[in-house]
Amino acid sequence: MKIEGKKRIWQDYQKEIADDSYFYVRSCVRQNFFPASEKIFLKILKEELFKDIYENASHTTCSGIGYHSDVVPFETTMTIIARQFALMTEAGYENFVSSCITSFGLYSEVLETWNHFPEVEDRIREHLLKATGRQFNKPKNLAHASDVIYKFRKEIGERGKFRLINCKSGKPLKGVEHIGCHYSKMFPSKGIGGAEYPYVLVGMIEEWGGEVIDYPERRHCCGFGFRQYLVKANRGYSIACSKKKFESMEPYHPDFILTNCPGCPMFLDRWQYAISEMEGKTYGPDGQGIPVLTYEELAGLILGYNPWDLGLQVHQVPVEPLLDKMGIPYNPETKFLGKNGEDLGRPEAPSFLHFYPETK
Amino acid sequence: MKQSVIIIGGGIAGMEAAASLARMGIEVTIVEKENALGGHLLQWDRLFPDRKRSDEVLEYLKKEMDSSISVETGCSVKEISRENGNFRIILDNEKILNGNALLLATGYDLFNARKKEEYGYGIYENVITSAELEGFLRKNPQPGLMKGFQVKRIGIIHCVGSRDEKVGNLYCSKLCCITAVKQAIEIREILPDVEVFCFYMDLRMFDRHFEEMYYEAQKKWGVHFIRGRLSEADENPDHTLILKVEDTLTGLPLKMTVDALILMVGMTPSAGTKKLADMAGALSGEDGFLMPSDEHLQPNETTVPGLFLTGAVKGPVSVGNTLADARAAALKIYEYFSRMAG
Repeated sequence: MKIEGKKRIWQDYQKEIADDSYFYVRSCVRQNFFPASEKIFLKILKEELFKDIYENASHTTCSGIGYHSDVVPFETTMTIIARQFALMTEAGYENFVSSCITSFGLYSEVLETWNHFPEVEDRIREHLLKATGRQFNKPKNLAHASDVIYKFRKEIGERGKFRLINCKSGKPLKGVEHIGCHYSKMFPSKGIGGAEYPYVLVGMIEEWGGEVIDYPERRHCCGFGFRQYLVKANRGYSIACSKKKFESMEPYHPDFILTNCPGCPMFLDRWQYAISEMEGKTYGPDGQGIPVLTYEELAGLILGYNPWDLGLQVHQVPVEPLLDKMGIPYNPETKFLGKNGEDLGRPEAPSFLHFYPETK
Repeated sequence: MKQSVIIIGGGIAGMEAAASLARMGIEVTIVEKENALGGHLLQWDRLFPDRKRSDEVLEYLKKEMDSSISVETGCSVKEISRENGNFRIILDNEKILNGNALLLATGYDLFNARKKEEYGYGIYENVITSAELEGFLRKNPQPGLMKGFQVKRIGIIHCVGSRDEKVGNLYCSKLCCITAVKQAIEIREILPDVEVFCFYMDLRMFDRHFEEMYYEAQKKWGVHFIRGRLSEADENPDHTLILKVEDTLTGLPLKMTVDALILMVGMTPSAGTKKLADMAGALSGEDGFLMPSDEHLQPNETTVPGLFLTGAVKGPVSVGNTLADARAAALKIYEYFSRMAG
């Protein structure tokens, strides 16, 4: 692998990311999958970087999952998205930041459609006005939340208490990065680093002391692929896709997987558990899995936040091996306590994946 | 008074046209941006289908070049203007040239394989272009293509940058298929134990002896031809490459490991052609190559009197056909001067 070649491509795919004053829209599913990620993003922006970021409780789904499953027509999707832009306009913001990759891809697709077909934009404006009485300006800047963390990766690193360095050996920890398909595969110019050699997550890992692994199946689908999972009969494809990736990355001994999509961390995390139950196979040493993180969770760890405040206890693949390598202290006794200190109960230990705290 | 022609481009089209024009008693000046005449042929080893050494063609062209032909190498055209039916050209070294006719022979550029990012050119260690293989064959016609390990399999990818809407080139470069066949045979000749796999969309063996060469590649040299376009290449830790292709004849996805990948890069309009054409008043097609006034009846003329085209500036063309086209252009310029003389 020639790093100069990759750097040349990265230079070709840079984009403008607003510096401040963001209108933030959440994902439909991330708060269930990785409950603290969005909260941590807001905390980092407000309390660490002192940025103005605003969200509106009236924000709804972008309809992306319905759209990509062919149950919501594009006309409806565009009108829903026009309404999100109206919320931004009414709040006095111009920089739109999406938490979800599918939403980000869809916002990009809608803006591109309107760019090429202004008459469609006019029609959607009319639909929105008739249905809701709302009007809107298009965002001046559209970014995915991982773009924003990427933009401030140096500041986060400088404020950080921990680094992606093995505290015992002093060597960089090895990370696999996996971007969501809708981040840049539809519009390579909308993603940092493009679609084939994306840089958005690489930039974070490198800035925070780690090393990125290039493995043969790094472009392969995480396993979600919408219909692979949403159509129940297809779920064998979903887990087969994830397995193909795990098998391909395993020889490189990754310490963690970093993602920027709602679906990818879900499937790369949960399917490791499922594969271990089905085949007794784990992809880390001594029955460990490969911990899977969202970029907000990783930023939170770098900044020294309590891992249990980051929601890492709800991951199916335990993250303790990574915390140990980074030298991050944690209290096993409080892992399954709620925010109010209430004992939430412990999940049943998996048959093969090493479970923390040790129960067997 | 002697009539004069300025030829922009000192590749094989420009050289052959200059030689023909000089033989007709016309004064010729060639302007070439590189420091030597010969164009792409300088980098090439052998030509299809007869495997003639490219040096032989270059030697022939050099011998043909009359000493009366003026050559301006290492300089580019800054300005073209037309006054009273004549052309005035200012070079970047401020030299001024005047001619009664202008012949554009600025040729082509090879497609930049980096644009097909998923093939890994410039990123993976063992991905090279067809032109780089020619350069290698020119210098090292001996076994041992890859250093440090034993080569077992080589993949050849057709249509890189051609017939590809994604990179904006819908046209066929038409010479890459036969180049792939030629290079596959050459690899088998110098590395007989290496398996060669050509991945193609169609095999466009359009000219005389091409089809026979394709058969020879299969029957005599055992080259494998797989109909399918490469979707992506990935690199293994040992720098071998994993290819993912759909074999469209069996209808099955195919995954193969090769030690090296050779990309058959297509032909694109040369970098400066558009600017020159705009200055001279020539028209470009949607593909960026220049348009003659009639592709059937006036393939060398343009809509501007006295402005002529030859060679790959009009689209992908073989060496033999380029030379024939250059002679035709010279004849058309001669006829133009005869008409002007009345």
